[in-house]
Order: sequence, then C-alpha cells, then structure tokens
Amino acid sequence: MILDGKAPTGKIQDSWDKHRFDSLKLVNPANKRKYKVLVVGTGLAGASAAASLAELGYQVEAFCYQDSPRRAHSIAAQGGINAAKAYPNDGDSIYRLFYDTIKGGDFRAREADVWRLAQVSNNIIDQCVAQGVPFARDYAGYLDNRSFGGAQVSRTFFARGQTGQQLLLGAYSALSRQIGLGTVKMFARTEMLDLVVVDGEAKGITVRDLVTGELRSHVGDAVVLATGGYVNVFYLSTNAMGCSVTANWKAHKKGAFFANPCYTQIHPTCIPQAGDYQSKLTLMSESLRNDGRIWVPKKKEDCGKAPGEIPEEDRDYYLERKYPSYGNLAPRDIASRAAKEQCDEGRGVGPGGRGVYLDFSASIARLGENTIRERYGNLFEMYERITDENAYKRPMRIYPAPHYAMGGLWVDYNLQSNIPGLFVLGEANFSVHGANRLGASALMQGLADGYFVIPYTIANYLAQTKPGKVKADHPEMLKSIADVKGERDRFLSINGRKTVTEFMRELGVLMWNNVGMARSKESLNETLQKIPAIREEFWKDVKVSGTGEELNQQLENAGRTADFIDFAELLTRDALQREESCGGHFRVEHQYPDGEAKRDDANFAYAAAWEFKGTGKVSELHKEPLKFENIHLAVRSYK
Amino acid sequence: MSAHTEHATMNIKLIVWRQPAADKPGQFETYEAKNITPHHSFLEMLDVVNEDLIKAGKDPIAFDHDCREGICGMCSAVVNGVPHGGHERTTLCQLHMRKFKDGDAIYVEPWRARAFPILKDLIVDRGALDKLIQTAGYVSCHTGGVADGNAILVGKPQADYAMDAAECIGCGACVAACPNSAAMLFAGAKVSQLAELPQGQVEAPQRVAAMVNAMAELGFGNCSNHYECEGACPKGIKVKFIARMNREFTKALFLEKIGAISTVKVASDG
Amino acid sequence: MRLLSDSIGRKVVMAITGLLMVLFVVGHLLGNLSIYAGPDGINTYAAKLHSMPVVVWITRIVMGIAVLFHIIISIQITLENNKANPTKYAVDRSLRATFASKNMIWTGVVIGLFIGYHLLHFTVRSLPGVVLLQDMLGRFDVYSMVSDAFSRGGIAILYVVAMVGLFLHLSHGIQSTFQSLGLNNPKTMPGFTTGGKLLSVLFLVGYGSIPVLFLVGLLAK
Ligand SMILES: Cc1cc2nc3c(=O)[nH]c(=O)nc-3n(C[C@H](O)[C@H](O)[C@H](O)COP(=O)(O)OP(=O)(O)OC[C@H]3O[C@@H](n4cnc5c(N)ncnc54)[C@H](O)[C@@H]3O)c2cc1C
Ligand code: HEM
Ligand code: HEM
Ligand code: SF4
Ligand code: F3S
Ligand code: FES
Repeated sequence: MILDGKAPTGKIQDSWDKHRFDSLKLVNPANKRKYKVLVVGTGLAGASAAASLAELGYQVEAFCYQDSPRRAHSIAAQGGINAAKAYPNDGDSIYRLFYDTIKGGDFRAREADVWRLAQVSNNIIDQCVAQGVPFARDYAGYLDNRSFGGAQVSRTFFARGQTGQQLLLGAYSALSRQIGLGTVKMFARTEMLDLVVVDGEAKGITVRDLVTGELRSHVGDAVVLATGGYVNVFYLSTNAMGCSVTANWKAHKKGAFFANPCYTQIHPTCIPQAGDYQSKLTLMSESLRNDGRIWVPKKKEDCGKAPGEIPEEDRDYYLERKYPSYGNLAPRDIASRAAKEQCDEGRGVGPGGRGVYLDFSASIARLGENTIRERYGNLFEMYERITDENAYKRPMRIYPAPHYAMGGLWVDYNLQSNIPGLFVLGEANFSVHGANRLGASALMQGLADGYFVIPYTIANYLAQTKPGKVKADHPEMLKSIADVKGERDRFLSINGRKTVTEFMRELGVLMWNNVGMARSKESLNETLQKIPAIREEFWKDVKVSGTGEELNQQLENAGRTADFIDFAELLTRDALQREESCGGHFRVEHQYPDGEAKRDDANFAYAAAWEFKGTGKVSELHKEPLKFENIHLAVRSYK
Repeated sequence: MSAHTEHATMNIKLIVWRQPAADKPGQFETYEAKNITPHHSFLEMLDVVNEDLIKAGKDPIAFDHDCREGICGMCSAVVNGVPHGGHERTTLCQLHMRKFKDGDAIYVEPWRARAFPILKDLIVDRGALDKLIQTAGYVSCHTGGVADGNAILVGKPQADYAMDAAECIGCGACVAACPNSAAMLFAGAKVSQLAELPQGQVEAPQRVAAMVNAMAELGFGNCSNHYECEGACPKGIKVKFIARMNREFTKALFLEKIGAISTVKVASDG
Repeated sequence: MRLLSDSIGRKVVMAITGLLMVLFVVGHLLGNLSIYAGPDGINTYAAKLHSMPVVVWITRIVMGIAVLFHIIISIQITLENNKANPTKYAVDRSLRATFASKNMIWTGVVIGLFIGYHLLHFTVRSLPGVVLLQDMLGRFDVYSMVSDAFSRGGIAILYVVAMVGLFLHLSHGIQSTFQSLGLNNPKTMPGFTTGGKLLSVLFLVGYGSIPVLFLVGLLAK
C-alpha cells in the first residue's frame, strides 16, 4: 500500500497556517470537557501535550513509568534546543533551520512537517522563558546562543549543561498546575501494556500499576503516545534503564505502522564501556568537540602506552585528516563511524580497545586551563567521577554509543498514526529527523509536537467523533486486560535458569555488533537467524520470580525485553530492506570509495512503514514516497 | 578485559533494609557482594547482588533508578547513614565502588520520613514532592500568546542565580537527611528560582504562602537550620535558598497583614 | 498566612524572641559584671535599676511574653518534627548538623528550669537560706546575697551547668536567627556563625566566672 502523509501542498511558507484554517476543525469550547484524552508519557512531548490539552478544557489522564513526570529521560539532554530566532544576526532564518534539518536528515523526512517544526521553534523559546526556564543570558540580559552540532549559525539556546532538564521542569510545572487544578489525572509508576482498538479506532489503553501490580483499562476518546525512543534495543545506550519500545510495540501489534526502525543515531562522544557488568553508557555533550582534538595512535603497538608517551608524529588526528573543513565537528554519524573504523583496525585505546582520545592539551595551551574549566568544568567533573581520570592532564577516552531513535510509529502530518485516534509525539514518532537527527533538535520537536501541534490536530479528530463512545466494560477492553494478564502469568510460570538481564545483554551485543554502526547483508541476515533462537530460549528459560500482584521489577524488565526481542527483528529487517546508506543507517555495501555513505534517492526516497503480521512472521512493508519540492536532493558532504 | 578492570576486586558486606510492602514489617538482611571492581557504580554492585539472588530463587533488592547518570533524581538510598553516600555533588548512581575498600560493611536503607512511605525495600513514595509543586511551584502562564523571550530582560546574575536553584533534581535526599524531615531545601530552591526571575516574581507571595502551608499538610517537618540537607544534596543546592524563602515568606506575610496584598488565590485564576 | 501557625511564621517568632532574650542576656551580663567592682558596684547598679520601676516592668513584661512564646512554640515544633521523622537511620552520621543544633530543646529546657530557679533565688528571693542584708548605705546588699550563694558548691555548680546550657543553645541559636529571618547570605553567614559562637563563649565566661570565682574564693565574700 502507498501511504499518504496528508501533507499540505502549495507554498511551504504558509502550509501550516493554511492547513490550520482550511483543514482542521475546532471543538466547541462547551464540548471540550466531554472528551477524554489519554496521554501516555510525560517527557517533553507528553507533558507539554497533557498540559496544553487540559488547559484547552479536555479531560486528560497522563501516565508514566517513573515515580514522577519530572524524571522522563528528556532530563538527560545537555546541549540545548534550537530555534530560528536569529538573535545573533548571523544569517539564520526559519528557512535555514528547515533546510539544515532536511539536509541533516539526509533527505528522508517530510518537508511540510519539518517546515512546521522550524516555524514554531520560536514560540517554544518564548513559552519556556515565560514558564521560568533559566536560559543562559548575556550581560545585557538577552538570551544567549551557541553554535551546536556543527551548525554554521548560533541558534542553540541552553540552560547550563541541563537544557533538557530545565525544559522538562518547565513542561512539568505546566502539567503540575493542571494536576493541581484537577484537569489532569496523573498516573505515575504506571506502565502501558496494551492499546485498545475498537472498530478500528484507538479508544483506550491497558496499564499495570507498578506498585500494586493491578491491571486496569482506561478508556478515552483519543490516545496520545509520547513514550520516547527505543535505542535500548542495543542494551548499552545513553538512554535510561527504563526506556523501552513497549508502548510503541504494543500499539504496533494492534495495527499501528512502525516507520524507519533502522534509523538509529550513534553519538560519538560517550564515555567508553569499562566492563561487562556495565549497565548504561554516559554521554558527554558534543560541545566538547569544539575544543577537543580527536586522535588515535598511528601504530597498534602504541595503544597500550600512556597517551603522553606517544609523540605527535605518531598520532592520527583522523577526523581532521579525512574532513579538513569540518574536522572534529563532523556530523555525529560520520564521527561515530570514523571512530569505529579506527578501533576495528586495532588502534582503539582503553578497555577492550573501545575508545579514541579526545585531547584538550592544545586548547589548554592556547586558552589556558581556566577557560576550558569555565566551558566544560561540569563535564570534566563527570568524566572524572566515572573514570577516575583527570582530563586536564590526560586526554579523555570516548567511544560512540546508541543515543537516539529517528524511527518510530508512522504518523501523518497531523501526527496521527494509521489508527484513527492514535497520535504519536516526540521521539516515539518518526516524523521530522529523517535518517539522522541534528543536535539540539529533538527537544525542539518534543515541545513543538506537544505545545503547538497536537492541540490543533487532535481537535480535528475529536470534532468528528462522539465523546464517550466506548465504555470500560466493552468486550475489547476486557479482552485486552485478559491478554495482558495472560502474558504476565506466562512470564511468571516459566521459572527457567537465565535472568532477564542476561537475555537483554545477549540481544544487545548481537544488535550492536551486527546492526550497530555498520551493517552488511551478512551481518543482518545472521541477526535474523539468531533472534528467533533468542526469543525461543527466552520464552523457555527466563527466570522471573515473585508475583504479579506486587512491585516486581523483574516482571517489568521481562516485558520490556520480550518486546525488544520482537522489535529487534523488525529493526534488522528494515535495515536489510534499505539497500542504501543514509544518515544513521550505513550499509557497507553502499559507500563511495572514500568510505562515504552512498544514498540511493532513485529507489529509497521513501519512509518505510511496517505492518505487523504476527510474532516471528515477516511484517509487511508500506511505502510513503517523499517529495522534495523546496529543497532539491543533494549529496550530503562535510569534506 | 584490559588494564582498566584488572584492579584487585573486592568483597563487600551489605546490610540492606528489606521490606516486602508498605504495610508489612521490614528488617535488615546481610548479603555478600563478591568480585566488585572499583569501576562498578554502587547500583551496578547492587545489580550483581541481585543477579545472584534471582538465580538463588530469592527476591532481589528493589531499588529506584532510571537515568544512572545523576540527573533524573530517581535513585535513592541511604548509604551508611547518609543519603546518596555523602560524596559531594554525587548521586547514588554516580557513586563508584572505588570509594570503598575490600571487606567494608555497608548499611543500605531507604529514605526515611513520614512524608515518604516505604513501598518496597529501598523504594519510597516521593509523591509528596510532586504535590508540593502542584500547589504553586510554577508560573501560571498559558500555552501560547506569551511575550517574546527577549521582551523581558533578565540580568546574567539573576539568570545564574535562578539556574543554581533550578539544578534541583527532586531526589528527596534533603528530606531524607533532615533530622526533621523538612522539605525546605527542595521548596526553597523552587521558591527562590521563580522569585528571582521577573516571570515568576508576579506570583511570588502567593507561591511561598501556598507552598509553606502545603509542606505542613504533606507531613514534612519544620526547619531548625541543621543544614544537613545542604550536605546531602547531590546537586549542591545551598541553604541560602531556604533563607531566601524565609525572606519571601516574611515579606509576603507583612504585606498581607498591612492589607497591601492577598496570598489567597481564587480558583478562577487557574 | 499565619504568623503563629505557619512553619516559617513560627520560625520567625522563635528568632525574634530568641534575639530579644539574647539582648537581655547581654544587658544582664554587663550589669552583673559590676560585681567585679565589689559590693558597692553591684549594689549601686541594683539600686539604680530598681529606681526605675517603669523600665524594669516593661522589660519584665516584654521578656515574659518572649519567653512564653519561645517555649510554647519550641515545644510545638519539636513535637511536630519528631512526628515528621519517626525512624532514625541504623548508622548515625551527620554532615553539617551539630550536637548543639540537635539538642536545642534540651539545652532550652535546662535554661528554662534555671530561669525559674534563678528568679525565685535572686528576684523573688524566696528560696531558703537566701542572705537578705542591707549594705551600710541602707541599700539591699545584692553582693552578699550572691557571694553567699556562690560560696556554696551546689548552687555554684548548678549555675555553671546552666551557663553551659546557654552556651550550647546560643552557639547554634544566634547564627540560626539570621538564617531564619533571611538576613544572611553566603558571604555574611560565616561571620554570623563565628560571631554567634564568640558571643556564646563570652556569655559562658562572663556569667560562668562569677560563681566559679566566688567558689574558689578569688572573689571576696
Ligand atoms: C543523553 C542524551 C542527551 C540528549 N541531548 C539532547 C540535546 O542536547 N538536544 C536535543 O534536542 N535532544 C537531546 N537528546 C534527545 C532528547 O532528549 C530526546 O529525544 C527527547 O527528550 C525525547 O522526549 P520525549 O518526550 O519524546 O520522550 P521521553 O522524554 O523519553 O519521555 C518518555 C515518557 O514516556 C514514558 N513511558 C515510556 N514507556 C512507557 C510505557 N510503556 N507506559 C507508560 N509510560 C511510558 C516515560 O515514563 C516518559 O515519561 C538527548 C538524549 C539523550 C539520551
Ligand atoms: C526558656 C526555655 C527555652 C527553650 C525551651 C528553648 C528552646 C528552643 C528551641 C527548641 C529552639 C530551636 C527552634 C527550632 O528548632 O527552630 C530554640 C531556638 C533558639 N533559642 Fe531558645 N529556648 C529557650 C530559651 C532561650 C533563651 C533564654 C535564649 C536566649 C538567651 C534562647 C535563644 C534562642 C535562639 C537565638 C534560638 C534560635 C532561633 C532560630 O533558630 O531562629 N532560647 N530555643
Ligand atoms: C552567674 C550568672 C548570673 C548572676 C550572678 C545573676 C544575677 C542576678 C541577680 C542578682 C538578679 C537580681 C537583680 C535584682 O533584682 O536586683 C538577677 C535577675 C535576673 N536574672 Fe540573673 N544572673 C545570672 C545569670 C542569668 C542568666 C544566664 C539569665 C537568663 C538566661 C538570667 C536572667 C535573669 C532574670 C530574667 C532576672 C530577673 C530580672 C528582673 O528583675 O526582672 N540571669 N540575676
Ligand atoms: S534540593 Fe538537592 S537533595 Fe533536595 S531534592 Fe533537590 S536535589 Fe535532591
Ligand atoms: S536539614 Fe532540615 S532543618 Fe532545615 S536546614 Fe535543612 S531543612
Ligand atoms: S538514576 Fe537518575 S539520578 Fe540516579
């Protein structure tokens, strides 16, 4: 089937404004309170959506698995958030942000969606300032900007090293205000385990109360998923331990198409793994690359030596060598792949040879230690806390780590999935980043979706449905609870020998090695061979003790792991299907002689949306062709 | 594994609070954490213990955690009498085992405060902190239609001060550390952040009035200026923010008593 | 908002009443030091004091109210705080809290009891064995009353104990008032802390010296 993103046509500059007026119906204010919206996830996207919808007068129920909405993994974002304010007068504009995002995404995103994102980006900054987000200011009292992630203009707004946290606290405060007013019912420590679809429309969810273990259904007139990314499929990633694909996967099983699962972003500047016991990887802001020089020893035998003992001429500053113009600021996917190549050639440093040096000695010599401390003090602190090494004296060791999921549930221009009434926001959807996300643009997307898009687009759906159509005792609701209970009891009854974590590690290693930074037909086929085996063993030999009627973290992880196993298969299949290299997706078969990614616009300028056909069965691929009417396709070169 | 993990490993004796559920009694249990490297984080050390417990068919130790990089505020346990273990600017998830030595005995307990009922083992219910924010820990602005970000200038010192206060991750260690289980540091930080910024100043009196009142209703204690909270705070939140809250409170009280303002919010203002 | 029931409101009252009492203690110390000028010194001072009944009574009323509020609130909040934190940790380790800060209620009780005793002793003078003489100028002889009392080990020691209580109470209390009233900032705080400690030491020495010196006989009976 050929999918239609329902993107408005005509002049892109007024596409959103026209669309809002021409195509989006409004809900009569008096009727709003009759509609109930279920918002799953309270990160930037979910919290901003829940708060805005409640403010408009809808009844909202919001859910998150942490003990508080303030803890969503959005808090981890350090770098900043983009907006086309053009305050620095350096030539930025909505059009340039639009252009950079399309190009950065390697021409695999929908133009109209990206335009809208760039257009509302400025409202986001104003909104956050009004909420009391303490953005960095200059001495005159104006908002400060930095250039980030290789952008050639300074359009990134930031709040010390904690932009994500401060933005989330802003959204959280707006949400808290509504909770206090009783317009939002908040269910923390509650995990969504199923989507309920009635007559083809999303009308409810089934959740597990993580404290009591109670399984419940919630009915609503529409369901909003804002449940974040899935890169924990690699087990070790910069995501939080609880981040999972579960909500998206359950929706997928109920018919929602999963788009571009193979587009995963590997972040170049993370602290390398120290041992097998390790549970997660920590990211250090990319801004480090502004002043750090990346190198590895030229000679393998030097890798064991202390970096200080390796003379200048024996060091290979490979990014500066390969990308003279961008050098150490080359885009994430490129920098990450380059690092992996060096390590694969046996020239990596640190534990297991999984690392390259990020060296500040040059800039310390040039600017002095104090300047460097001012700029990156907190990052150097964090690095020392984790590695026990002083980066002022000894170069940092960094290694790429899975970081962000560009793929997600397929949505049209209205952020509605192919299931009417199911809307998907933030990292959970696939919309705007194409095959690669630029730095500081995910926070922007999350808040754009939640504050400035969903309030308009959901109204259009609600205006055309009767409130309270479905009741809690509807057969589909009861069936959903029964299904979830069935799966839960199955986990508890196996009582095998291997722990959930062991399975998750096994899957993660397989995915990282074969479907990580560089993918080949062989590695992908091998993976498709192995996953069913892992699944089978999991369902035979996993050990989950305790009961379902209590706080049981093993049970939670078992469910998430089971979904990751199934999802891993889809991700791999998508990577196999996409016979080209683009953005975060690199197929070794498709590269230029110099190792650059080789895109195939003639055959692959589409979004791949997969339809679930049953566990272990091959999913069906649907394509949404991507048209580029404003920005003509070009090879993404950073030489 | 290379140079980095070839350290002599250590064995640790853990004395951990185990409590099956809120309404059931709890007690300390002793466990061995074997072959721990200095590079294990405290939580990774607990992971190791838990994997053994699971394999032995025993109930693993339940503990809260999520980001494991010191920013979400989820992890929470008292290590040898001090929340997060008492190393400067370090959350439990960032505490590494190199701070301990072979043979150490470590007591691990949940946050203890009437406002934080224990849910299981080391997991407590910190909902009271959310409720506290829900009473007034925000700026009552609507989505959309706000002024341009640069319409109201904010001096760098003010912005930096507000940022210092805003660094709070809501972990609750201040409450856990306070001999009175007071939430003053948490509340003080929020009150100060918003009172310092022009966007929040408008509602400052109502905010401080409502939050101070809510703290009592939620079962938090009073402040006796023990400053224990500052010592335990993993984000270096300073008690100067409690002083600021006291100042804001006194100011509001005075203004209200002389009839200049009212701190009672009428529901309609949303 | 309520001064006498909101948490911070009561904190303010504690601070203000505390400070008032500190002022009194300062004044009282200065007065008492006149004892080093011998019988004539303190007797003159006492007589002068009582020649101004208005001043005396105003002070008494103000201080009376202060002490009353201070005590009532202190008991209230101490009970509330214990209720808020019913279970202690297995390992008792403090990073910033001090012995003084953690025992304010007990050092307070000591001071409270002392004040009661002290009033009956020197102000109402109704305790058995209080020496009530006139000096040669026909003024009441405070000096002999005091000197006689302190030459008895029991009473002297009792006073010294009270002074230690006061010292502990104020070594935390004085800086605490500035935090409570929000009159401090990170720059001034260390000053208030050391200042408060010095003042409390001064009280300890100033007041404490009197019974001690009489006891060891360095002050003439
Ligand atoms: C370390 C790090 C640094 C980053 N830095 C930047 C940056 O500098 N700039 C930038 O723009 N982007 C950055 N990003 C990306 C950005 O932070 C995220 O993409 C974005 O915050 C995602 O927001 P979200 O609301 O979509 O999802 P999240 O914030 O992850 O929220 C997910 C929500 O869904 C809930 N949830 C999930 N599953 C379920 C379920 N089954 N049931 C119930 N609830 C569920 C969770 O509880 C949570 O509330 C960074 C990401 C990481 C990991
Ligand atoms: C009469 C019996 C007294 C009792 C029972 C008492 C009790 C207390 C208690 C429990 C506190 C701590 C309050 C808190 O936790 O915030 C306190 C504080 C204080 N007390 Fe007393 N006290 C007494 C007498 C005195 C006297 C005589 C003085 C002065 C000479 C004094 C000075 C102070 C000061 C300065 C504080 C600090 C107030 C603050 O924290 O802001 N107290 N008292
Ligand atoms: C060794 C130390 C002290 C000595 C020698 C001493 C001596 C005296 C004397 C002689 C009087 C009676 C004055 C008169 O009525 O002529 C008096 C009154 C009083 N003293 Fe002390 N005092 C001491 C310490 C204290 C302390 C520490 C406090 C308070 C904490 C205190 C509080 C009072 C009060 C409240 C009165 C009553 C004042 C009045 O008449 O209203 N004294 N003291
Ligand atoms: S003030 Fe510090 S200790 Fe208290 S909640 Fe915030 S971060 Fe945690
Ligand atoms: S420890 Fe408690 S007493 Fe006050 S200063 Fe901190 S809240
Ligand atoms: S787990 Fe997030 S702060 Fe420790």
